[in-house]
Amino acid sequence: MRLSLPSFLRLSPRYAPYALLAPFLVLFAVFGLFPLLFSLYLAFHSWEPTSGLGAMHWVGLDNFSFALQDEWFWKSLRNTAWLAIASGVPQHLVAIPLATFLHLAFRRWRNAMVGAYFLPYITSSVAIAILFSSLFSTDYGLINLAIATLRELPLLGALLPQAAVDWLNDPDSLKPAIATIVFWRYVGFNVVLYLAALQTIPPDLYEAATMDGAGRFQQFFHITLPSLRPMIFFGVTLSVIGGLQLFEEPFILTGGKGGSDQAGMTAAVYLYRNAFDFNDFGAASAMSWLLFLIVAALTWLTHRAFRRKDD
Amino acid sequence: MRRWVQRLSAMVLTLAAGSIGALAAGPAAGGSPDGASAPPPAAGGSGRTPGSTLTLTVAAFPAIDEIVRAALPAWRLRHPDVEVKVLNREVNDHHTAMTTALSTAKGLPDVMALEIGYLGRFAQGTGLEDLSKPPYVLGRDRDRFVRYAFDQATTPQGAIVAVPTDIGPGTLLYRTDLLARAGLTEADLTTSWEGFVTAGVKIKAATGAYLLAHARDMKDILIRTGLQPGEGLYFDEQSRPLVTTPRFVRAFELAKAVRRQQLDARVTAWSADWTEGFKRGGIATQMSGAWLAGHLNTWLAPDTRGRWRAAQLPEGAFAAYGGTFFAMARLGDPSRKAMAYEFIRFMTLDRDQQLAAFKSQDAFPALTDAQTDAFFDQPLPFLGGQSARRDWREAAGRIRAFPVHKQDAFAREVIDTELDKVLDRDKDIPTALADAQRLLQLRARR
Repeated sequence: MRLSLPSFLRLSPRYAPYALLAPFLVLFAVFGLFPLLFSLYLAFHSWEPTSGLGAMHWVGLDNFSFALQDEWFWKSLRNTAWLAIASGVPQHLVAIPLATFLHLAFRRWRNAMVGAYFLPYITSSVAIAILFSSLFSTDYGLINLAIATLRELPLLGALLPQAAVDWLNDPDSLKPAIATIVFWRYVGFNVVLYLAALQTIPPDLYEAATMDGAGRFQQFFHITLPSLRPMIFFGVTLSVIGGLQLFEEPFILTGGKGGSDQAGMTAAVYLYRNAFDFNDFGAASAMSWLLFLIVAALTWLTHRAFRRKDD
Repeated sequence: MRRWVQRLSAMVLTLAAGSIGALAAGPAAGGSPDGASAPPPAAGGSGRTPGSTLTLTVAAFPAIDEIVRAALPAWRLRHPDVEVKVLNREVNDHHTAMTTALSTAKGLPDVMALEIGYLGRFAQGTGLEDLSKPPYVLGRDRDRFVRYAFDQATTPQGAIVAVPTDIGPGTLLYRTDLLARAGLTEADLTTSWEGFVTAGVKIKAATGAYLLAHARDMKDILIRTGLQPGEGLYFDEQSRPLVTTPRFVRAFELAKAVRRQQLDARVTAWSADWTEGFKRGGIATQMSGAWLAGHLNTWLAPDTRGRWRAAQLPEGAFAAYGGTFFAMARLGDPSRKAMAYEFIRFMTLDRDQQLAAFKSQDAFPALTDAQTDAFFDQPLPFLGGQSARRDWREAAGRIRAFPVHKQDAFAREVIDTELDKVLDRDKDIPTALADAQRLLQLRARR
């Protein structure tokens, strides 16, 4: 039996695409395009939000010049850069060899292994923050407990901190703590990317190299790495964008404040606080656009860095 | 004909998708700035016709929601045809929701509770109804309220944007048993701030207990004392930062003295260690609103009953710790404003309601009329039979309001950060305050 709609419910081919696209377009316009344009509009205005939408005043580039003079904005950018590098670089340095190892060493269990590494990526940030808050706890945390145990060992013990580390309240240890979480969370995602790329490298290349007498390491540096180049570009670009927009982990871990001495206040956390804690939506919008310019510039630089010479 | 139907169905689909999107985005996308083009009141919600009921929405946070709910039976006796719906949110979420509602004029409650920390911020704008004007003319009732609380709700331009309902007169709660073991009396704590710190050294030596939960508490109270007329906490009338004045220098120096002599437990209020400190007698004193005595009694440290006493703050300081207000939105539904105001008056100017809130939730009445009740003379078993409510009443009358500045929240954060650097990393106090001054100068006129 053929299921058929009454003729008046059928869409003519001329209008069907519009009707079918409408749900996405409308949602995108409302939740994507509108906030984007609204924040651009706000960036040039001063606004006391509790007075209503009519209370906006045009201030030209004031918000931008304020942002550039604001010490805390620069501080938050430095924090962001520190965290992006400290969490981003190790992600790739670990993910590439790890993916290669998983690719070569596992056949049957590969998917299960990849799944295990990927799990943190799909876990809720709130759950992660709660888990790590207890792991990093000064008096009862497992991390300090492990350090205390390792301290007993000869040689290694001397290198470790001699007292319990106040991970989340001491400005010097908060950043490494956040970077560790971000690294742990996204390394699996990069492993998946690289594993997918590894599977596309033709095995004949390795066979030919073996015949020519190339060892494992030579094969890795002369075949694997160059073949991964496009995927490294993609992975690094995602890390740059994600790293510069880092918000959830530091926000939840520091109770939405940015931590002692604002050590965990990334640019994204700072602009959120500017809007919702300090009531300065104009400056917050200007900062978000400055951040966008930085993200765009760094993405372009990444692109330049990974461009092939013959391109 | 068929083509038309097809076009129509395509349009219906598009519109349906559109309206779902618009509904979901309601607060962000809609809203008229001046309320002039606001749609007429929807049927059922307002626009009373004889025999129908009117529903007021009150947005609150714990425990104000409970106070309001407890008042409803008495309210219904007076207004059987007016229903009251209470919305309750966590305190920060509540104020964020009110900011959003005011900025877009969507989803506004008829009555909103505001905490003092946020009232200053909200009063900067024009989102709240000015109750000094007719038909309200709240100024007539000025003398019926505790003076400082009413002043806090009055803007420099003379607008009255909220009505105080409860206040938090500051008090010094101390462990009388620990003091006795150290051979000290109340006067040793309260004569001067320097004496307070010296007493702390003796308490630590004799009992091992800390004087304070955190050295920051010392700074917080000291910057609130000795304000010159017209001065705000962090800024003067011309928006000039005041953080390098002697008031801040002394506050920082005393906080540092507390930390240097290891007299603070380094725990923040409401943390598990803070609670534990009270339970085990590890913290000898706490400066706070009078309401803290109630919290200690009911859940923080009920087993320490009888060992606490309350004193006025040292060196004749009088300060407020917290306070709640009721306000109405300027762009709220006009047809319900009169009744909403009636409800606010019922909660704030009715002696019985104010007393009921005090008895059940330790919400100290802002209505002076309610402060003459015999309840104020009753001894408090938790404080060893002391009639502390009289002292708190006296303190409430002596607190003075100071002007708020829209950058107060930021200034507080900057000062706390610099104090942390002084306490934890031995940053030099003049440098710390100069750094704070520079940050505040840039932001003061925004």
